Amino acid sequence: MPHRTFFWFILPTALAMILFIGLPIVSSFFQSLHIENEQVLMEVENCDPFGCTTNVRVDVEATEKIEAENPLGRFNGFGTYIDRNHLAFDEIREAWDNTSTVGEFKDIVLNLPFYKALLFTLTFCFAVTPPVIVLGFIVALSVNTLAKKLKGFIVFGTILPMIVTPLIGSLVLFWMIDSQGIIGASIQILFDDPNLSLKASSNLTWITLIIYGIWHNTPFAFVVFYAALQTVPQDPLEAAFIDGASRFERVRFIVIPHLYPVATFIMLICLMDNFRVFEPIIGFSAEGVAQSLSWMIYQDLRNENKMLFGSAGATSMLTILGIAFLLTPVLIRTWKEFKTER
Amino acid sequence: MKKLIISLLISFASTSVFAGSHSPCGVTSGSINILANEFTTYRIFMDEVKSCAGPDADFNVTHSVDHNKLQVAALSANPAEFSAKLVTNGSITPLMNDGLIRPLDDLVAKYGSNLNDNQKITIDGKIYAVAFMANAQHLWYRESILNDLGIAVPSTYEEVIAAAEKIKAAGVMENPYAGAFKSGWNLGQEFVNMYLGHGGEFFKSGSAQPNVNNEKGVAALNMIKKLTELSNPDFLTQDTNAVKEEWESGNVALMHVWNSGAASLLDDEGDQNIKADTRLAPSPTVGGGDKPATTLWWDGIAIATNTSDENAEASFRALVGAASSTDLANNNPNATVWLIKGYTPGDTAGPVVDAASRGTTPYPSFPHMSLMHGALSTELVEFLQGNESAEKALADVEAAYIAKATEQGFL
Repeated sequence: MPHRTFFWFILPTALAMILFIGLPIVSSFFQSLHIENEQVLMEVENCDPFGCTTNVRVDVEATEKIEAENPLGRFNGFGTYIDRNHLAFDEIREAWDNTSTVGEFKDIVLNLPFYKALLFTLTFCFAVTPPVIVLGFIVALSVNTLAKKLKGFIVFGTILPMIVTPLIGSLVLFWMIDSQGIIGASIQILFDDPNLSLKASSNLTWITLIIYGIWHNTPFAFVVFYAALQTVPQDPLEAAFIDGASRFERVRFIVIPHLYPVATFIMLICLMDNFRVFEPIIGFSAEGVAQSLSWMIYQDLRNENKMLFGSAGATSMLTILGIAFLLTPVLIRTWKEFKTER
Repeated sequence: MKKLIISLLISFASTSVFAGSHSPCGVTSGSINILANEFTTYRIFMDEVKSCAGPDADFNVTHSVDHNKLQVAALSANPAEFSAKLVTNGSITPLMNDGLIRPLDDLVAKYGSNLNDNQKITIDGKIYAVAFMANAQHLWYRESILNDLGIAVPSTYEEVIAAAEKIKAAGVMENPYAGAFKSGWNLGQEFVNMYLGHGGEFFKSGSAQPNVNNEKGVAALNMIKKLTELSNPDFLTQDTNAVKEEWESGNVALMHVWNSGAASLLDDEGDQNIKADTRLAPSPTVGGGDKPATTLWWDGIAIATNTSDENAEASFRALVGAASSTDLANNNPNATVWLIKGYTPGDTAGPVVDAASRGTTPYPSFPHMSLMHGALSTELVEFLQGNESAEKALADVEAAYIAKATEQGFL
C-alpha cells in the first residue's frame, strides 16, 4: 500500500484514537503532576443542637482566590508518584536500610498500598489467564463435537457468565458463599467446620475472587476458540484419521498448532482485562483484603469525601505502564510471527 | 448539650401555628431534587417532605448509602445535580470546605418560624443547615438472654466482652456480639467511637498533624479486636444494615448500632418474638473513661449553592415543612430522636439523651477529619485480621493520612 493511501486510510481511526485515548491520557498525566492549593483555615464559632464550640473551617473566599490564580493547583512534579500511597521510594529505602532479612523487607514493602494492590493484581492476572485459556479450549472442543441441533442452545448457556454484568455476577456469588448461602453452607458441611467462612480469611477471599475470574472469563476464550475451530482445515484431519491418529494426537498435532496465534490473542486480551480487575472486589466486599490498582483509582475518586485527582492520575499512569510492561513479551512474539508469515 | 435535653424534656402541648409567616408547604414552582442517605427514618422523613411539597411539585429524591462519596462531585457541578442534600455534622464539612451549600438565613426568616432555635446550625454566624433529628450509636441487647444467664446490662465495654463471652460459653450463641465493622466508613467510625471513648484527640492541637499512634489508639484498637473476635467471622463485610439483619435473624444478643435503627428493628415486620425481646441501653464507656464511647450526630437539611434561587426556595420549603412538622415527630416517636418543636420523646430516645447528658463528644467537624476517617477506613483491616501490630496499623493510618492531607493542601 502506498504511504499516501495508508495515511488517508488510517486518518479517521488515528484521529478518534488521539481524541478519545491520547488526550485523556495526556490530561491525566498533567493532572497527576499537580496537588491541591493550600487550604486557608480560619477559626469560627459553630452552633448546633449539642451547643456552641469554636472550630476551624476552610476560608472559602480566600481559598477560592488562590484557586482562581492557580486553577490547576500547585505543581508537584513526580512528588505524588513517589509518595507513600504510590511508589513510596522513601519508605522502601528506609526499609532496605533497616531490615536484615529479605522476609522482613518484603513484609514492609507489601504493606504499602501500591505494592499490596500490585501483588493482588498480578496474582489475579497470572492465576486467572492460563486456566481460562485451557478451559476455554476444552469447552470449545467439546461443544464443537455436539450435534448441530443442540449447539445453539449450549453455546448460549456457555457464554452466560460473560453476559452477566460482573458486579451482578459477583454479588450473586457473594450471597451464595455466605455462611447461610448454598455454597457456603455446603462447604461448611463438607469440611465439618461450622465456623468456616470464605469471606473471613484473606487467602480464601483471594481464591474465591480468582475462581470468579476464571468463571467470568472462560466464555470469552471459548467463543474465540470456537470460531477459530471452524477454520481448521478438514483435509489434514481426515488424512491423520486415515493414518490412524487418535483424537488426542489429531488435536495435539493439527488443531493446536493451527490455533496458536488465536491463543496468543486471547492471552493478550485476558491479561489486559485481568490487570484492571475491579468489579468483583466491590461485589464480594473484598476491599479489606484484596485491593487492585483500579480499585485504588476508584478509592481516590469515590471513597474520599474530596476527590484526589492527582493521586488517581498517578495510579492511572502507573497502571498504563504496568499493562505496557506486561504485554511487551506477547506483542514482541506477535510481531515475530507476523514477520515470519510474510 | 443543655439545649438538646431541655428541648427533649419539655414537651410542647400546643400544636403548630405558622405565626403570620409564609406557610412552607404546597410548592408549585421550581424543582426539588434531594440526595439523602438510605435508612428507614430518612424514608419516613422523605414521605413527609413529599406530602409537604404537594401534588403539583416537581419532586425527586435519591436515597443512597454512598451519599457521602457522591455529594461533593454532585454539588460541585454548576448547575448542581441536586438542589438539596440531607447532611450530618460529619458530611457537612466537605461541603462547607468547598462552599457548596448556601447560607439559609433569608429562607429561615421567611419559612422557618416554627423551628426550634437549636435546629439552626450556625457556622460563623450564618445558618447553613436545619437539623431535624439527633442520632448516636448505642448498645442494644436481648433481655431474655441476659436474664437467663444472670447478666446485668453492661455499662462498660469490658462488661460487654464479659457478657458476650458468657453467652458464648453457655452455648447460646456462637457469635453473640455485632457491630458495623465493614472495612470502609463503618470500620473507621468504630475506631472514632472507641478512640474518643478513651479520651483521644485525632489531631495535635491547633494543627492538621495526625495524633492517633499513641497508647489510647492502641487501647482502642485492642478493644475493637476483642469485640470482633466475639462477632460473626464475616465482620469485615457487614455494614449497619447487615448487622440489623443478623439481629433480626436472632444470631446476636448484644450490638452497638444507631438509635435510628429502631425504625426498622422495632417495626411490625420480622420475628415479633425478637422484637419483643429487644432492649436499648446507653452506650458503654471504655477503659475507665467517663464519656460513653460513641459520638453524637445531628441530621439536617442543606441547600446547594449551585442551584437556582427558585429551586433552592422550593426545596427548602418542602424540607423545612417536614423539619417543623409536629405531626411527623409525634406519629413516629420511636423512629429517631426528633429535634422538632412539640415532639414528645418516645421510648427509644433514652440512650441518645443519656449520651448527650454525659458529655459525649459530637463527631469531630475539622475540615480534614474526612481524610483521617478515610485513612482509618482502609489501614486498620490488617490488624483486625491479625497480620500486623496495633502500633504498625496506627503508623500506617498516620502515613496514609499525611500523604492525602499533603495532596489536599492541609499540610
